[in-house]
Amino acid sequence: MKQPCKNNKKQLVIGGLLSLLLGVMIVTGTVQSSRLLPVLPNKPLVFPKDYGAHPDFRIEWWYITGWLDTEDEKKLGFQVTFFRYQTELNIDNPSQFAAKNLIIAHLALSDPTQGRLIQSEKIAREAFDLAYSKQGNTNVKLDDWFLVRDDNGIYKVDMRTDDLGLQLSLQATQKMMLQGDQGFSRKGPKPEQASYYYSEPHLNVTGTVFRKQRSVKVNGVAWLDHEWSTAYLDTDGDGWDWTGLNLDDGSTLMMFQIRGKKGDRIWAYAALRDASGNMKFFQPDEIEFTPIRTWKSPHTEAIYPVEMRIRTGNIEWQLIPLMDDQELDSQQSTGAVYWEGAVTLMRDDKTVGRGYLELTGYAKSLTL
Amino acid sequence: MNSMRLFRWLLIGEWRKHIGQALVTLLAIAIGVAMGFSIHLLNSAAFNEFSAASKSLSGQSDLLVRAKTTLMDEAIYPQLAAFEGVAVANPVLELDVAIPGKQHNRNDYKLKVIGIDMFRAAQIAPDLLGLPEEGKVMDRLADDTIFLSPAAMTWLAVKEGDHLPLQAGLQQLTLRVAGGLVRARSGQRIAVMDIGAAQWRLQHLGKLSRVELKLKDGLNHEVFKSKLSKFLGESYTIVELENQETRVANMSRAYRVNLNMLALVALFTGSFLVFSTQALSVSRRRSQFALLRVLGFARHQLLWQVVIEGIVLGVLGSLLGVLLGYVIAITVIEFFGGSLGSSFFPGIKPEIYYDAVAAWVFFAVGLTVTLLGSLVPALEAARAKPALALKSGNQNAIMKKLAIPWFAVACLFLAGILTQLPALNGLPVFGYLAIALLLIGGIALMPYWTTWFFAFISNVTKRSGINVVEFLSLARLTNAPNQASIALGGILASFSLMVAMAIMVTSFRVSVDQWLERVLPADLYVRTAAVGDQGGFDLTTQQAIAALPVFSQADFFRAQQVLFDSNRPEVMLFARPIDRSDPRNTLPINSDGHEVISLDSLAENTMPIWVSEAMVDLYDYQVGKHVVLPIGDESHDFKVVGVWRDYGRQFGAVQMQLDDYQRITGDTSVNTVALWLQSAVSQEQAIEALRQLPFGTELEISRSSDLRTISLEIFDRSFAVTYLLELVAVIIGLSGVAASFSAQMLTRMKEFGMLRHIGMKKREILMMLAAEGGLLTGLGILFGFLLGWGISLILIFIVNPQSFHWTMQIHFPLSWLLIMATLMIATAAGTALLAGRRAISGHVIQTVREDW
Repeated sequence: MKQPCKNNKKQLVIGGLLSLLLGVMIVTGTVQSSRLLPVLPNKPLVFPKDYGAHPDFRIEWWYITGWLDTEDEKKLGFQVTFFRYQTELNIDNPSQFAAKNLIIAHLALSDPTQGRLIQSEKIAREAFDLAYSKQGNTNVKLDDWFLVRDDNGIYKVDMRTDDLGLQLSLQATQKMMLQGDQGFSRKGPKPEQASYYYSEPHLNVTGTVFRKQRSVKVNGVAWLDHEWSTAYLDTDGDGWDWTGLNLDDGSTLMMFQIRGKKGDRIWAYAALRDASGNMKFFQPDEIEFTPIRTWKSPHTEAIYPVEMRIRTGNIEWQLIPLMDDQELDSQQSTGAVYWEGAVTLMRDDKTVGRGYLELTGYAKSLTL
Repeated sequence: MNSMRLFRWLLIGEWRKHIGQALVTLLAIAIGVAMGFSIHLLNSAAFNEFSAASKSLSGQSDLLVRAKTTLMDEAIYPQLAAFEGVAVANPVLELDVAIPGKQHNRNDYKLKVIGIDMFRAAQIAPDLLGLPEEGKVMDRLADDTIFLSPAAMTWLAVKEGDHLPLQAGLQQLTLRVAGGLVRARSGQRIAVMDIGAAQWRLQHLGKLSRVELKLKDGLNHEVFKSKLSKFLGESYTIVELENQETRVANMSRAYRVNLNMLALVALFTGSFLVFSTQALSVSRRRSQFALLRVLGFARHQLLWQVVIEGIVLGVLGSLLGVLLGYVIAITVIEFFGGSLGSSFFPGIKPEIYYDAVAAWVFFAVGLTVTLLGSLVPALEAARAKPALALKSGNQNAIMKKLAIPWFAVACLFLAGILTQLPALNGLPVFGYLAIALLLIGGIALMPYWTTWFFAFISNVTKRSGINVVEFLSLARLTNAPNQASIALGGILASFSLMVAMAIMVTSFRVSVDQWLERVLPADLYVRTAAVGDQGGFDLTTQQAIAALPVFSQADFFRAQQVLFDSNRPEVMLFARPIDRSDPRNTLPINSDGHEVISLDSLAENTMPIWVSEAMVDLYDYQVGKHVVLPIGDESHDFKVVGVWRDYGRQFGAVQMQLDDYQRITGDTSVNTVALWLQSAVSQEQAIEALRQLPFGTELEISRSSDLRTISLEIFDRSFAVTYLLELVAVIIGLSGVAASFSAQMLTRMKEFGMLRHIGMKKREILMMLAAEGGLLTGLGILFGFLLGWGISLILIFIVNPQSFHWTMQIHFPLSWLLIMATLMIATAAGTALLAGRRAISGHVIQTVREDW
């Protein structure tokens, strides 16, 4: 739950920036800055360096989604995001406060017993070690929230507020998944519309979820995306549908499509990796997202295809949401309104895996 | 007859006959109430607006941390942000930045620029977030943008998208006006920048003004505060919002209270006028009242008759006063702004709200004062024995009740004791009480003085031979002292207050003038449009100025504000070269009552400081005391070696040697340069030479003569209200004289009839009246002068030091006092004549017949 209305102004401010951020991802597709590096093919990712931050690119995020089982055998979905955003301002400003990079963090919990997302967000400039994204290894911090990857490859997340919090430890059980061409992931017809992108699926999660005065031990399976780019979407891009799924048999499915403003499809991508690590990529014409059931948000009146039939080649899958209302807040707070929810993956009416579905661009008319 | 009708009839009959007197009384009450009420409205409006404005800057923070000096190192900020229990830490850099082209107005050329981190401020003071143009959210973080409040935009004549030049020290910079601060208070002139941009562009890298803290819910603030202050140590202060409000209140409290006291004085004079009018009116109607008693009017009915007359006067006067006060307050705000001639509340535009509670209070005060003034005459009228009162010539009885000498003596004695008491809660309460008692005692003693004085004069003159007119005047004044003193009381009250105020203001002004001469010894003073606590002149520029051949001497001053106590306004710390052989050559040392320690007697590592009188009162910085100043990195040993007079800063100031300061702080910049010209060089040549320097155009050059003129202008402006009150006191006093005399003349018609009967000419009676009036007023003025002198002593030696913490030497505005005295005597004699002419114009037989 968001804070009551006394904090509206603050949320508007933060929301304004967050929507700006998403705006940048969409709009600046063709704008190239001489100070920022473009995303180029055939530049293999280097680890552990590429776990860390890439301040030469405009935008970067670490995105963790997953399913949790509580001690009392309830299912929860969670989403943890840290963004780094280069303002391209204050280039020559020697002040420690100079707003060169912003850190934005988002925490959301899907609990079917609550019926809607519980979420919290923060934003700060990189300054004084109060907020930073370090190079060399994953290490992002915003006040007392942090995401850090230790030398053993274990991710630690600690994000707590007065009424919501997570303290998780995430350990890889499989090797990472480089998306696109060895981590060069195209997002549109133009070659510069791309990002560097790797995923860490099948992360084994243990930890604690904090709710109001109560805390509960949890374990589960999660998915981490790390992506950085300078130009991202085509100017004609309207939004995207994305899903990342951990299958019970150890295989992994990631697919997305970028929808055009005219109702067309600008780009599509899908990759399926089996338990032994064999990757299969699909051609755009082999990829299909077909809405089965829509849900109209009572908060924003946006209509989301929360239940989808998806197709990769000759395999038909079905995505069933953990609950309908997993809309990320409203125009009052984030400004950017989208649906980001825990989903179950079905094949032939049987549950075969779990993951997250992200639906953006459906409520754009309401964004501030 | 219906008693209400009778009452109305009696009242209207009386007033219709003496409408002028009733009106003057009414006006006196109204003016007193109006004065008090408007001063209250103006001050509370200014204060509320100022404190709301300063509160809006800190938003809903729980505490704020600041250094004892104006600025602090930013390194404390991350420590505070991470401190256990802190929910949000909001760093703020607040600077007053000069606007090029506005410098001609010395006191109003700076814009308050607040540097914020919008992400932190959004959670504590969201009103400070600028509203950028649509789609340009990032302007809030840019390093070349500034957001202005509507009042600031108007003042600077810029709009969104314009470029705004600012002056930081010797450099100019230009920022883009990226939008407005729509939530700034009306009239509040502020600007907001990103904190990183402000640090860089305004040359304050690494500096903060304060860090505002919002604490986590459910935290014990006291425990938190004590933990935090232990962590922060000596050089930081934790300020709660109440502290800040107290500090604002403390800043102007003495000024506000003193103004209200002056208004009370006006009211007091008014009440005396009520008393004298009512007393005369009662004495005039003695036979009328006696007749009513004989006809069956009860004693309490008579009492009520007079009291209700007072109530009607009081209600009408107070009502008029409240309305008038409201109108005055609105007019003053409209035309002069809210600062009432003082500069305690800069940069705001207060609004007058109708304050119902205060209106009732002032109404009640006016009414009470009027009632008190008419109660004694009413009691007297009710007590009178009808049989005796039916006879005429018995009016003297009224004053007897008041003229008990022990009462007067007790008042004076108590006043003497009260003058020995210290300030109560920082206010000269006992001083004012002493003034009131002195006035009451003096007036009550008056009949005795009158008798004694005129008896003495007639004894003297009798021996030397005397004509009939003189004899009659003196005899009358000697033998009917009570009636004389009713008239005298009004003159005495207003004249003594006028004298007191005149002496006080003159003493103050002369002292300030002499002081200015001492503190501005150089020919030219040069400063820059410094920002924050920066000196403005670095070593290179100092050397460049000192190297100019037109000057024989250049002294450098470093001045900055230092917080000694979070409940009090900042203390000014001056570092400058002070003559080691005799500090008197540099500072206006006050050696009356304060020891001066010779510099030779100081230990090796002890540094001397000279403190202003306020430091002694407020912080107990007695001469000889070892103190710790919150400057430099470590604590250094300072010793108070002398006290100097400072009329510039009532919240305290400290002077130290510049080289001591530079040694312990490493800060070599200075704010002001004092320059002495070579003997053959004119001021114009010297100024020209300064302007030729590479940074010459950015200098603010003042001639010391101009500074003196400006300072005295400010002084006069601050006392404008006082002058106004003096004028009102004079008018009330004069109308008191006129009212008393015209009333008296009418009661003495029988006497005049008798005198004419026994052969006195009209002209002789008139001369007698003029002599009486003149003599009486002369006596009133004489005593008024004595009483006023006494009151001025209290004002100068008790009220001023206790309110403003400065002392002064007494000076008499002789010519002004003489003019006023002459004017009053002339008015009194003239009124007596005029009234007398009316009194003796009737038929001789008829006037005598009145006396059965």
